Amino acid sequence: MNWEPLLLTFELALTTTIALLLVSIPLAYWLSKTTSRIKPVIETLVSMPLVLPPTVLGFYFLVAFSPNNAFGEWLNSWLGLQLVFSFGGLVVASMIYSLPFMVQPIQAGLASLPASLSEAAAVMGKSRNITLFKVLLPNIKKSLLTGIVLAFAHTVGEFGVVLMIGGNIPGRTRVASIAIYDEVEALNYEAANFYSLTLFAITFGMLLLVYLINGGYLKRFWK
Amino acid sequence: MIKLSYQKQLKTTDGFFELSIDLDIPKGAFICLYGPSGAGKTSFLRILAGLLAPDKGSILVNDIPWYHSDKKIGLSPQKRNIGYVFQDYALFPNMTVQENLKFAQRKGQTKDLIPELMEVMELSQLANRTPDTLSGGQKQRAALARALVQQPDILLLDEPLAALDAQISTKLQDYILNAHRDYSLTTILVSHDLGEIMKLTDTVVVMEQGRITKSGRPQEIFMNRQLSGKFQFTGTILSIEKQDVIYVVTVLIYNTIIKVVADATEIQELRNGDSVVVASKAFNPVIYKIPERS
Repeated sequence: MNWEPLLLTFELALTTTIALLLVSIPLAYWLSKTTSRIKPVIETLVSMPLVLPPTVLGFYFLVAFSPNNAFGEWLNSWLGLQLVFSFGGLVVASMIYSLPFMVQPIQAGLASLPASLSEAAAVMGKSRNITLFKVLLPNIKKSLLTGIVLAFAHTVGEFGVVLMIGGNIPGRTRVASIAIYDEVEALNYEAANFYSLTLFAITFGMLLLVYLINGGYLKRFWK
Repeated sequence: MIKLSYQKQLKTTDGFFELSIDLDIPKGAFICLYGPSGAGKTSFLRILAGLLAPDKGSILVNDIPWYHSDKKIGLSPQKRNIGYVFQDYALFPNMTVQENLKFAQRKGQTKDLIPELMEVMELSQLANRTPDTLSGGQKQRAALARALVQQPDILLLDEPLAALDAQISTKLQDYILNAHRDYSLTTILVSHDLGEIMKLTDTVVVMEQGRITKSGRPQEIFMNRQLSGKFQFTGTILSIEKQDVIYVVTVLIYNTIIKVVADATEIQELRNGDSVVVASKAFNPVIYKIPERS
């Protein structure tokens, strides 16, 4: 059996999740605090991947990242980034595609904390960063875990975006979901079943773990 | 010395009203803010702590401007050395009592007050407990201790004892009074409890609709000045019953129920639920109503 597409899938999901976490914490923090008028616009943009067909996102990424137009060429010449049909491109597209799954739980978690917690820390002379990392985030572990796992699982389950922007290059962009489609088209049901079953089992296990942890069934291990 | 002179437009459920404050607070004073809810008492504390900015005016503390609208000065809460006990205590749920206190320590602070405070506030037994396992009184003690760790010059208390029963709050009043004296604080307390106010504070500032309407010693504000009482207590009327030609008024004072005899003229302005003072004047106790809060 060829493990390559499965390994690539989890490599993509892991890279995306870590990068997304770094982006989402400041974004969610800003959204939970701001009274700016553009907040609804930003919130809408963050949520768009929930409702748009992945092919729409994929299509615009393809157009934007293409070296044939200004933005793609700028990326290529200034940063040496070739985002079309490459792993890097998949990571960027996946981050946008899974953004709401990471941002929304963290934002909701931060918003649920009483304002007096940050105010108390401010009165004690603590900076915003210290307050965020020492007080706010440790009190929304459940939300963080939910965001991390949902973003990871959602990236594993990607198909349309990957197909549009990544294509089907073995070892570089051929993730499990694409491989399954490919094998089915070639009437190679045994291989398709192998990929599918593995994905099914792993994602089931992950989500089950989240529900067990957040439901308090494993309280001894997670406080 | 704190000199306050500012205006702030506040939004409430019934629309806008203006908080307009002109007040000098001498160093070492223990002040009570008293008034109906929605009078702007909590906003007063939040503005002093820097959590809310006034629209215009100035706040001077020991002649240093903390806020000055003309000079565009607005010190952040981080830079105003203030201890604040929030109404909900705001203990950090992810930290134990000891860690909560430790977090409050300022960078470069030379004197470590934590062991002393743990001892004085009787928190040593609770050092490794998290806030969700503490009772209301224990939380309050932890919050008070935490507010004192940074050796503040000013201590702000937002109805800290409102949710506690009489016995525990009596004990906590002692803690607060001792801390006020031992650490030579300037303390501002928001409270509705007359007993607490009488016991703790030296000045009462009455606020209504965002304005200071009266201020003075607690006795002057709440009591009849001509009265030369041998003893006096504040309480709440539970019932008024007519018995022959006199009336028997049942009053709850802390957790004691007492009965006081009153005549028809005295009874006229008394209703169930009123806050009253029961005082002895020469031989027989008299009872009269305390001016309404609202």
